[in-house]
Amino acid sequence: MAYLELDRVAKQFGAQTVVDDFSLSVGKGEFISFLGPSGCGKTTTLQMIAGFLDPTRGAIRLEGKDLTAIHPAKRGLGIVFQSYALFPHMTAAENVAFGLEMRNVPRNERAERVRAALAMVGLAGFEDRHPRRMSGGQQQRVALARALVIKPSVLLLDEPLSNLDAKLREEMQIELRQIQRTIGTTTILVTHDQNEAMSLSDRIVVMSQGKIEQIGTPQETYERPASAFVSQFLGKTNDFAGTIDRTVAPTQLVAGSWRAPAPAGLGGPVTVSVRPERIGFGDAGLGAKIITRIFQGNHWLFQCESECGPAIVIRQNDGQTQPAEGDAVRLTWRPEDMSVRARAGA
Amino acid sequence: MSAAAEEGSARTPWALTAPALMLFVGVLLIPLAMTVMLSFHDWGQYKGIEPVFILKNWREIATDPYYAEMFWRTFRIAILTTLLTALLGAPEAYILNRMSGRWKSFFLLVILGPLLISVVARTLGWALLFGGNNGLVNKLLMSLGVIRSPIPFMFTETGVVVALAHVMMPFMVLSVWAALQRLDPQIENAAMSLGAGPVTIIRRIIMPQIMPGVLSGAIIVFSLSASAFATPAIIGGRRLKVAATLAYDEFLNTLNWPLGAAVATLLLVALVLIVVGSNALIERRYAEVFR
Repeated sequence: MAYLELDRVAKQFGAQTVVDDFSLSVGKGEFISFLGPSGCGKTTTLQMIAGFLDPTRGAIRLEGKDLTAIHPAKRGLGIVFQSYALFPHMTAAENVAFGLEMRNVPRNERAERVRAALAMVGLAGFEDRHPRRMSGGQQQRVALARALVIKPSVLLLDEPLSNLDAKLREEMQIELRQIQRTIGTTTILVTHDQNEAMSLSDRIVVMSQGKIEQIGTPQETYERPASAFVSQFLGKTNDFAGTIDRTVAPTQLVAGSWRAPAPAGLGGPVTVSVRPERIGFGDAGLGAKIITRIFQGNHWLFQCESECGPAIVIRQNDGQTQPAEGDAVRLTWRPEDMSVRARAGA
Repeated sequence: MSAAAEEGSARTPWALTAPALMLFVGVLLIPLAMTVMLSFHDWGQYKGIEPVFILKNWREIATDPYYAEMFWRTFRIAILTTLLTALLGAPEAYILNRMSGRWKSFFLLVILGPLLISVVARTLGWALLFGGNNGLVNKLLMSLGVIRSPIPFMFTETGVVVALAHVMMPFMVLSVWAALQRLDPQIENAAMSLGAGPVTIIRRIIMPQIMPGVLSGAIIVFSLSASAFATPAIIGGRRLKVAATLAYDEFLNTLNWPLGAAVATLLLVALVLIVVGSNALIERRYAEVFR
């Protein structure tokens, strides 16, 4: 049975629908990411789980109990805010202790748990520091310790890493994942950063304009995107306009001079999506000319002008000679590396 | 760079600030020094002011309980006014801050509006409402039979405090409002998610953070109330003198300028000490919130 369940949840502000028909079951201990551009409704959904907003329609259940009927202060969820929202007039230890104090945990046990929580996030010895005397990364850790020390049933993270610089963000991602694995708290992360979502989550919920585009593991959403939006939002992708040619038998999928046996169930104009790193240079295939070639250490990045429009190709730097700028090349890929969708409006 | 040019560049800031400095010295420091000097001069009913150096005025203020009572009343009124503005102004600012866009700007205007009206006009308004048998409110309440005799308001300390609190309210609200702007907008949600109820949130999370705003507002209100003239003059009149009205009367009615100067100097020194002292105290106490 699902641990946390969102059942056709919707939120409207006046006439504007911000979240629509959002259904999701989260298993116990799972790490889920809500991924999407700003304004896609991911934060609104998180706030409905937290209880800061009431859903217009639908139900949210935790272990089968209706969560929307419970006051946010009684839900027992741990939340880390984008701005951390630490209490500036309290020390790190007092910040972490606040939730325990509200639960009337005895003083001795409280001190012990606060110390353990701060040690877990690597802040042992920072107990008496005030938040404004701490770096962004340290404040972030205090916020995480404050959310985790109350042993929340679900941990909600609202873009917690977006205020950190790139290097620190990577470190925190690894640490966050390790902590979550160790204590096994069911976690929901809201982010607009696809790398963050992919490296942290068990499953990703890709959202756009208040609707779920796809729910799946990072590999699934990356390699088999359910929509054009998903394929474009998760990493770079090449979209080629192709057609299904039924005049020959067996039917063929044609994109420029690239052809392959057509997948079943589709006809007419289609879009062929291929990830840049899955395209190789071969003797036959889509005709293209290399416009720019950029060396990036462990890989080469090619920008090409193909028969079907611009294309990006990424090749591992494996020591082989690579084509130069201005060279005419043929782009090929294995049929299992592409996803084919019917092209709308064509 | 040559030595002459260096000297010139060192002189430039002084040259540039000279006009402002001269104005400051001319209209503030010199008159102030003269007032202090004046307080040591002698005065007699028939001989007028004698430019000598004596401690007569200061001894009179120090020994005559009349002056002690006056200053005690002045600071009592200022403290009560400050408390009243803090008790009403802080919640007012908090509620205002939680309002949504259009209402927020409307009520901010309502709060700031009185600043556009002269203190005298605002204070006279109170006199119109509560002034003896002819005050509007008194008349209404008496004709309704709620009260038999008019509410004592004019020439009472309560009246002065109420009218002063009304005049000073915008300063307190603005000061607390500024402190509220510094609050993390998610801070209440954070406290709520940790299990805090609304009362706990205000007491443990909001109050400590807006306290510096309340206290700096209190310093402004206190110093303005202690040195206020128009409101105590109109509501308190001759019967209920405070330091400022006393100094005024010594200058313009008794014509004992040296004594008036001594009263004014003492008020100034006392206020400066209180304000500087409490400010230092607040900055030390709330170092973490101010940073």
